[in-house]
Amino acid sequence: MKTNDVIFQTVAKVVFFMIIFFAIHLFFAGHYYPGGGFVGGLLTAGAIVLLLLAFDIKTVQHGFPLDFKWLIGIGLLFSAGTATGSLIFNVPFFTHAYNYFHLPLFGKTSLHTAMLFDLGVYFVVIGVTMTIIQTIGESE
Amino acid sequence: MIEAVLQISLVVLAAAMIGLVYRLVKGPTVPDRVVALDAMGVNLVSITAVLSMLLDTSNYLEVILLIGILAFIGTVAFAKFLEKGEVVEYDRDQ
Repeated sequence: MKTNDVIFQTVAKVVFFMIIFFAIHLFFAGHYYPGGGFVGGLLTAGAIVLLLLAFDIKTVQHGFPLDFKWLIGIGLLFSAGTATGSLIFNVPFFTHAYNYFHLPLFGKTSLHTAMLFDLGVYFVVIGVTMTIIQTIGESE
Repeated sequence: MIEAVLQISLVVLAAAMIGLVYRLVKGPTVPDRVVALDAMGVNLVSITAVLSMLLDTSNYLEVILLIGILAFIGTVAFAKFLEKGEVVEYDRDQ
């Protein structure tokens, strides 16, 4: 019997973007408010899991044509690169730098290298979660 | 005044939670338990909202949205498992 879940698929398409935007908000607000790379990454993975539930692994792989295992490596590269980048400027390992910039749309903004480290955490969390779920889902 | 109202509503929400736990334990079928769990998630959202008013902080507002999203995804996963027998399929056209 072939079930027709058109309501769930339509709702998933709309709610997916809400979850993604909320995850990005949590990721960027992490420096001043609750949130950060870990929760943002988990929620982004949750949005992709919602698409996996509504559709199937094949369709989601068509929509996100990247191997999530690569995302783990890219994230680790970001985190380790931020940590070792401080050695170039002759300061101890993991020293972060920040400054205030006047960006055209945002006004006075504080840009911090800790955010690059957080971006690495974000990528690793998405990669690990999606790899686990896809590996379990694919096995017959 | 507002504090007393919030405490009373917290007690009422906790009583509702106890009723849902009764349905979760007693529920004769699995869908009963799933619906009870979903309602517990919604109840948890309201408890968090009342608690954040009592503690006079806005730091719990992210938690409210997070619980709502997680309760939705969890309920949907359970429903799909009950309907089709597997949660994540490889190819739904097969």
